[in-house]
Amino acid sequence: MWARAVWLGLRASLGGRRGFTCKADVQGSGRITADVIEHLERLALVDFGSREAVARLEKAIAFADRLHAVPTDGVEPMESVLEDRCLYLRSDNVVEGNCAEELLQNSHRVVEEYFVAPPGNISLPKLDEQEPFPHS
Amino acid sequence: MAAPVLRSGCPGRCWVLAWVYGGSRHRRGSPAGSTSNWIRGQSSLAQQPLHTARKPRKGEHEWAAVVGLEIHAQISSNSKLFSGSQVCFAAPPNSLVSFFDASLPGTLPVLNRRCVEAAVMTGLALDCHINKKSLFDRKHYFYADLPAGYQITQQRLPIAVNGSLTYSLCVGKKRSQVTTRTVRVKQIQLEQDSGKSLHDDLRSQTLVDLNRAGVGLLELVLEPDMCCGEEAATAVRELQVILQALGTSQANMAEGQLRVDANISVHHPGEPLGVRTEVKNLNSFRFLAKAIDYEIQRQIKELENGGEILNETRSFDYKLGCTVPMRDKEGKQDYRFMPEPNLPPLLLYDATSLPAGADSQQVINIDQIRERLPELPSVTRERLVQQYGMLQEHSFTLLNEVGLLEFFQNVIKETRAEPKKVTSWVLNTFLGYLKQQNLAVRESPVTASALAELLDLLDSKVISSSAAKQVMDVKKGNPRAINKLIGLVRKATLSRADPAVIKAILEKKLSSC
Repeated sequence: MWARAVWLGLRASLGGRRGFTCKADVQGSGRITADVIEHLERLALVDFGSREAVARLEKAIAFADRLHAVPTDGVEPMESVLEDRCLYLRSDNVVEGNCAEELLQNSHRVVEEYFVAPPGNISLPKLDEQEPFPHS
Repeated sequence: MAAPVLRSGCPGRCWVLAWVYGGSRHRRGSPAGSTSNWIRGQSSLAQQPLHTARKPRKGEHEWAAVVGLEIHAQISSNSKLFSGSQVCFAAPPNSLVSFFDASLPGTLPVLNRRCVEAAVMTGLALDCHINKKSLFDRKHYFYADLPAGYQITQQRLPIAVNGSLTYSLCVGKKRSQVTTRTVRVKQIQLEQDSGKSLHDDLRSQTLVDLNRAGVGLLELVLEPDMCCGEEAATAVRELQVILQALGTSQANMAEGQLRVDANISVHHPGEPLGVRTEVKNLNSFRFLAKAIDYEIQRQIKELENGGEILNETRSFDYKLGCTVPMRDKEGKQDYRFMPEPNLPPLLLYDATSLPAGADSQQVINIDQIRERLPELPSVTRERLVQQYGMLQEHSFTLLNEVGLLEFFQNVIKETRAEPKKVTSWVLNTFLGYLKQQNLAVRESPVTASALAELLDLLDSKVISSSAAKQVMDVKKGNPRAINKLIGLVRKATLSRADPAVIKAILEKKLSSC
């Protein structure tokens, strides 16, 4: 009987917490919409090429959702698992750098001592326009 | 958030009268969401009925503009925020880049103590509350000059919040009255700078230099308490003077050490705030005020023509003197903020909370930093006015020119002349000459000692003031002036002195200064 009460409690909290899951809106059936997939692909440059990949994502989200089964009322959330560690402060001395040659070897193309990149962000094939995100 | 009210002290030109005839009403764009922390009122007015004929009373359709600023100041430190590579302006490309800055796998961020101190000092100088615990986050976006694909910043809990910046404006018809304004400082946070992109349109490529990637920045967010370009530029100027006095940033706009983004919107007084636009990369004072005022006018014209303002990012085109949209695609950026997993919370202490036996290199004591703060510009100005009896505006001029205050103080030290005389000579004759020759104080051929001696001579009435000015001319390299000077000395000695001897004495005196 105790086990059944817990199980009911779990189900209730699972259902109740649905609203606070990740930004990616999971529909009632547990499916992720095409819009969300496109949005994720653009943000993370991950290619959800096949239906299989999307299904895997849905399973991963469902798996993570099980965390909501743990009651956390009145418990302060942690900032990170490192939060009781000491943040080491480094002295303001120059100890690195001067390795341009080594670093430039990693680059596919180099001009004089600059890394070469395309003129702007290259948009994914589905979108019509180029997406320049000039920073400064 | 300050309610938009008619402020009696606000200079007249900040209000723009706009006549609206025939009862047309402006469509309000719905405020699009944004990632910035701009607080904006809801546009909840009921739809105004479209009547005709009600002629507006004078002043009814005035526009008020609201300007907020996001300022990035490069921290003056030897090494970068999270790595030990050097911070330096002009260096061979990619020579000041460590493995971490290049985002090679396996590297980790290590926080620079000096950068934290700089942030605390700046927060204290701006009367902020220093958060004893602050956190680091990742802000994700893709661009070639951001090798990691994210920037480490402090979005959730920055190091300092809720401060204020006070600045002074010259108002009135002759701009002779000095009035003070205050703008609230929402927060100060530590973050990384990105590298530099050089666009080569000819070859359709971008060249990337990561020397600047990872340099420590202080982002200062100023609330929308300003109402026009002049207020914004003056506030930024005062901030620059403060940062330079603290030594936390050299804040040189020309070298990119101080960058300003403005958030601008317009509304009718008494009504909720309008949709805002962001104008990025204002990198000089002149263009800062110009761009903001242009954008305010653009928004007003747009709304008066029945258009709407898009919540977009624009940049200022220096050549055309106008703002242009920067991103052609609407839709906010999703930065996917997440806690930086490699950095624990940053904990700061004060005298009461300092843990016993702690390594002094590993703890930061806010009270100790407060005690060691250099004199702030506002205090210096007040002191100058009290001590030397100068006008407030003089104290501003003295602090606005790099090196001028020190020069002034050196002259005061070495001369017997009255402070008011010194003030007048330094601010008028000396500074005027520098401006004419386009020289900085440190480039001046006239030294403080020379000026002090000259003023002594003037004071003991050995020479007249016109003669003194002639000497200045000589020092500036005008040889004919020395002849004039000889003439004057001859006259003073009632023609008894031998001109050749006078010339020799003068030349000796002048060359020894």
